[in-house]
Amino acid sequence: MSAGEGSIVQFDNVGLRYGTEREVLSDIAFTLYPGSFYFLTGASGAGKTSLLKLLYLAQRPSRGVIRMFGTDVITVPRNRLPEFRRRIGVVFQDFRLVPDLSAFDNVALPLRVSGVPENEIRKPVADMLQWVGLEQRADARPASLSGGEQQRVAIARAVIARPEILVADEPTGNVDPEMAVKLLRLFEALNRLGTTVVVATHDVHLLKKVPDSLIMRLDRGRLSDPTGALRYPPRRETVGQ
Amino acid sequence: MKALRHVASDRLLPQARIAGPMPWVIAIMIALTVIAAGAGLGLRNLTQSARNEIAGGITVQIVEGRPAERERQVQAALSLLDELDGVAEVRRVPDEELKALLEPWLGPQAASAEDALPVPAIIDVKLAGSVTEKQLKDLRATIVSSAPSARVDAQARWLQPVFDAAASLQWLAVGLIVLLAGTSAAAVWLAARSALGSNHETIEIVHLLGGTDAQIARIFQRSVAFDAALGGLAGLALGLAAVLLLGKQFAALGSGMVAGGGLGPVDWAVLALIPVIGLALAILTARLTVLAVLRQIL
Ligand SMILES: Nc1ncnc2c1ncn2[C@@H]1O[C@H](COP(=O)(O)OP(=O)(O)OP(=O)(O)O)[C@@H](O)[C@H]1O
Ligand SMILES: [Mg+2]
Repeated sequence: MSAGEGSIVQFDNVGLRYGTEREVLSDIAFTLYPGSFYFLTGASGAGKTSLLKLLYLAQRPSRGVIRMFGTDVITVPRNRLPEFRRRIGVVFQDFRLVPDLSAFDNVALPLRVSGVPENEIRKPVADMLQWVGLEQRADARPASLSGGEQQRVAIARAVIARPEILVADEPTGNVDPEMAVKLLRLFEALNRLGTTVVVATHDVHLLKKVPDSLIMRLDRGRLSDPTGALRYPPRRETVGQ
Repeated sequence: MKALRHVASDRLLPQARIAGPMPWVIAIMIALTVIAAGAGLGLRNLTQSARNEIAGGITVQIVEGRPAERERQVQAALSLLDELDGVAEVRRVPDEELKALLEPWLGPQAASAEDALPVPAIIDVKLAGSVTEKQLKDLRATIVSSAPSARVDAQARWLQPVFDAAASLQWLAVGLIVLLAGTSAAAVWLAARSALGSNHETIEIVHLLGGTDAQIARIFQRSVAFDAALGGLAGLALGLAAVLLLGKQFAALGSGMVAGGGLGPVDWAVLALIPVIGLALAILTARLTVLAVLRQIL
């Protein structure tokens, strides 16, 4: 059995530097298995966002190999990247909502990008807005939403298309602890439906809220493996082997 | 299914609004281009019709002081011309007409006084085709042999300086159109750039959510096309109004030659095509600019 068989993401010897500066990420190697729930922790500036950018295909590494969905995404032709991006849901650390669109249209964006017919969009988007408690604010522009409300719109947008991988960068940084737990439940629900979840956070309390989660820790650009999850395949995958 | 997909991607972003001064810049550029093109085309038509009118024209003057001898030579020339091949029309300009023509310069007395000034007799000749240098030479030799006081000239020759001036003006119009088209293209390019600049973030977001280059380019083609269409229509209206007004004023001059400077249906179509070309240019620019931006962000 070759390393990474049955994996959904595989990083090997990955390094990243911006411009000519020192490497922000070094010797990153790990494997993510489908249906698992990962936390990525580390101090501010450790490189969490940088690692996630590689994961949601916004950035090419300066060295190493990245395989996703069984494909080498570094050498894949540029025009095939959109099809991979559509399989990944992203909650950006800075939300990145389209300022000219209402909360509703922002959440609908991934469906429209994928060409889902308009009559199959209304209900799921409305349901999702209800889930994150924003059904009253569906028509509001991002500028008139509070930070926490914007974050919830960003989360709704990330999960609306039921992505195979969900990448969330500090998704609970701007909400109260109660809402944080509620949003985490949303991620878990998605996870149970088969989505691989990666949540970057420096909130250690959050880690305990998801019992089956695995932890990746970044320390100044290098990955450590406190739970052994990256060295040994997670339980769910080893069952039946 | 394809149509639905189209609808879905068209709804990605709200329809763009008028983006600041750009539609107006485009409007002015288009208006100026339409006016320059209208003037150029009018001038071309004018010289063309004038040329056609006098292309086969020859003037025979009998410059002879003695009235009896003048009349003899006129008759000789007329009978010669009547028999010649290739002559479509011969007309002796009546003396009254000549006097009327000269009156403004010489005064009524001088013109009517029997032998005050030797007024030359004039015969207008129209050839079937246009006049060649050789025909003119042959004709001159033939006529002078029996009417020694005759002077034979092609009418086009007198007007050559006018044609030369008109040709220069036409080149000037072409030059202006080229310059204006270049400036219009620049205006459209700037409009596309500014639309992109204020939407750079949106482009990046749609890109990261898996939007294809074609989808994103389409969004901006649409908004830039909207601006350009608005500006183009306003410019066309302005330009056409100016061209029509100029045309009316020239027509009011009543001169037969200037009346030939009107614009035909094809000319109007060419003018109407100018904003369409501007629109196509705007869409192309928007597309290329968006694609260039996207290439830079993986
Ligand atoms: N676009 C960039 N250009 C240059 N350097 C960058 C860029 N983005 C990040 N960095 C640097 O890379 C390092 C890691 O940044 P990153 O954003 O990945 O950290 P982080 O772990 O997400 O921090 P935080 O918890 O504060 O969000 C930092 O030193 C940062 O200054
Ligand atoms: Mg970060």
